[in-house]
Amino acid sequence: MSVTLQGFRRTAAGRSERTAIEETKTDRIFLIGVKIMLWIALIIVAVPLIYIVANSFSSASAVSAGRVLLWPVEPSIRAYKEAFSDPLIMKGYLNSFIYAIGGTLISVTLTIAIAYPLSRRTFFGRNVIMSLLVFTMLFSGGLIPTYLVVQDLGMLNTRWAMVIPSAIGVWQVIIARTFFRSTIPDELYEAATIDGASDLRFLWSIVLPLSKPVIAVIALMYAIFQWNSYFDALVYLKDPSLYPLQIVLRNVLILNTLTGSTTTTNLAQQLEQQQLANVLKYALIVISSLPVLVIYPFVARHFTKGVMVGAVKG
Amino acid sequence: MSATFEVKPAPAAPARTEAVKRTPPPRPSRRTAAGRSLRRHWQLYLLIVVPLAYFVIFKYIPIANAVIAFKNYSPVKGPWGSDWVGFKNFELFFQNPVFWTLVKNTFFLAAYTVLASFPIPIILAIALNEIRNGRFKKTVQLVTYAPYFISTVVVVSMTILVLSPRLGFVNDAIGLFGVPQIDFLGRPDYFRHIYVWSDVWQTTGYSAVIYLAALSGIDPALHESARIDGASRLQRIWNVDLPGIMPTAVIILVLGVGNIMSIGFEKAFLLQNPLNTAQSEIIATYVYKTGLLNADFSMATAIGLFNSVINLFLLLGVNFVAKRITGNGLWS
Repeated sequence: MSVTLQGFRRTAAGRSERTAIEETKTDRIFLIGVKIMLWIALIIVAVPLIYIVANSFSSASAVSAGRVLLWPVEPSIRAYKEAFSDPLIMKGYLNSFIYAIGGTLISVTLTIAIAYPLSRRTFFGRNVIMSLLVFTMLFSGGLIPTYLVVQDLGMLNTRWAMVIPSAIGVWQVIIARTFFRSTIPDELYEAATIDGASDLRFLWSIVLPLSKPVIAVIALMYAIFQWNSYFDALVYLKDPSLYPLQIVLRNVLILNTLTGSTTTTNLAQQLEQQQLANVLKYALIVISSLPVLVIYPFVARHFTKGVMVGAVKG
Repeated sequence: MSATFEVKPAPAAPARTEAVKRTPPPRPSRRTAAGRSLRRHWQLYLLIVVPLAYFVIFKYIPIANAVIAFKNYSPVKGPWGSDWVGFKNFELFFQNPVFWTLVKNTFFLAAYTVLASFPIPIILAIALNEIRNGRFKKTVQLVTYAPYFISTVVVVSMTILVLSPRLGFVNDAIGLFGVPQIDFLGRPDYFRHIYVWSDVWQTTGYSAVIYLAALSGIDPALHESARIDGASRLQRIWNVDLPGIMPTAVIILVLGVGNIMSIGFEKAFLLQNPLNTAQSEIIATYVYKTGLLNADFSMATAIGLFNSVINLFLLLGVNFVAKRITGNGLWS
């Protein structure tokens, strides 16, 4: 039985190798079609990105005349200089870093603190608690009722409003819990207890070191979410000195409110200011996406795994 | 070593089996089991207190606070002390001429998004799966995946810049064909297309990852035997790949349909301008304006609640359908 199976496998493999070499004509044409399609997809995604970068490095007059396409025209970094010397933009940048780092620390800690007990079979009531968490994904009180809670806690217009109300994501809890469950065997816990380890000691010295990959994934998820979000800031913050970068971006890019308030009566200068404002937009897009871009290779490697872990229902 | 052994009577698992053996009735009552678990694992319960408090405070108290939908909210009296008005807020909303526009806009925008962003990632994943592992495949994946991580504000800004009548290259491109300049964002009819296709641009690479994983899970023996039988690439895609990713696709489609009424605030709000509100005003943006800009808390809560309830029923209904089709639900 096993011999014939082996023999069959070998012939199958042999055949498939042969067919791979002698692909039929239609298959080859089909493959060319597939490649063309992928090239088109690549171009569609890449062109707007390149366009933005090319514009950000061009001169103000070239941008305003719409002369830039995929390569900088009259290269200049004036827009970047301008952006980095704008106090409001820099303040937003700093704030975003504070929210992203602080928020991620809080979020990861709280997520592990709830995901780990829920992953333990001996934890009483874990199914009830899990259902309560999942329910919050399906139904929420809404914008205003949540706003009232934040208001009552005195968090309105404070940095806390940026990191606390959205601290724990149920999805991240599910990912972490599934990971703990599938990679930390019960035997390990039993062995640790025999050696006298308490639950917390076990979590700290054994589970966490073994869970570095999943912690990296959820930390990245929280950090990118925090960096990119603007809704909480829009709703809870009024003081411009607390604004994260995304709100500053929205004001400059979408609402067209210039940050630099240098009013000149000179027409030529005004025109130049207007032109500079246009390049500034492109430069701002690049600057604001830079931190995410820097960690992107890392993210691309780890994110997929995280998505997969989460997709396995626990 | 032996000392600790004495302090801790027994390791967890043997103790459990022992307890089951010792107790005369088939299984111990839930209360004693809970008590034992609490005593032995008090640290775990301590750990979970703060996160649980978070969920109570930021998720469940707001649900309780939603009671102001049935009240005339007064900041002085608070959510519970305010006067009851019954369904007055809901009636007012349903009678408001804007009601049907909002429902229609929300529904069409979301349905269009689901329809457009469902098949394209599947096509991309299958195409990527067809070509051999190499630099080109990796590049396509890396590039198409990237926009997912760009913020909504930036994506919307890029969209506005690219479509801008004076600066954007789209108008330059259509200008080559003799089409006059179009102010895309100033025309309500274009809003949905802009919203949906910028969304497709941003999320296709990300969504394809799930299908790629499903494709790699297909037994290679199926492909081999199909090859032996002389199936062409297209035939193998149709008869092996598509059935193989069908369960994943059904779940994703069903989830998308279930979430139709909860379409996000963020992007619609950013793409909105006074010229295109006829189609860009959706329930979420209207709630924001009513609640926070006009400070009509009760009305905004009522509208939000109406939306949440519809969404909950949609999800439950869709879960039921998913159970019938795939054998198990979306959760549990």
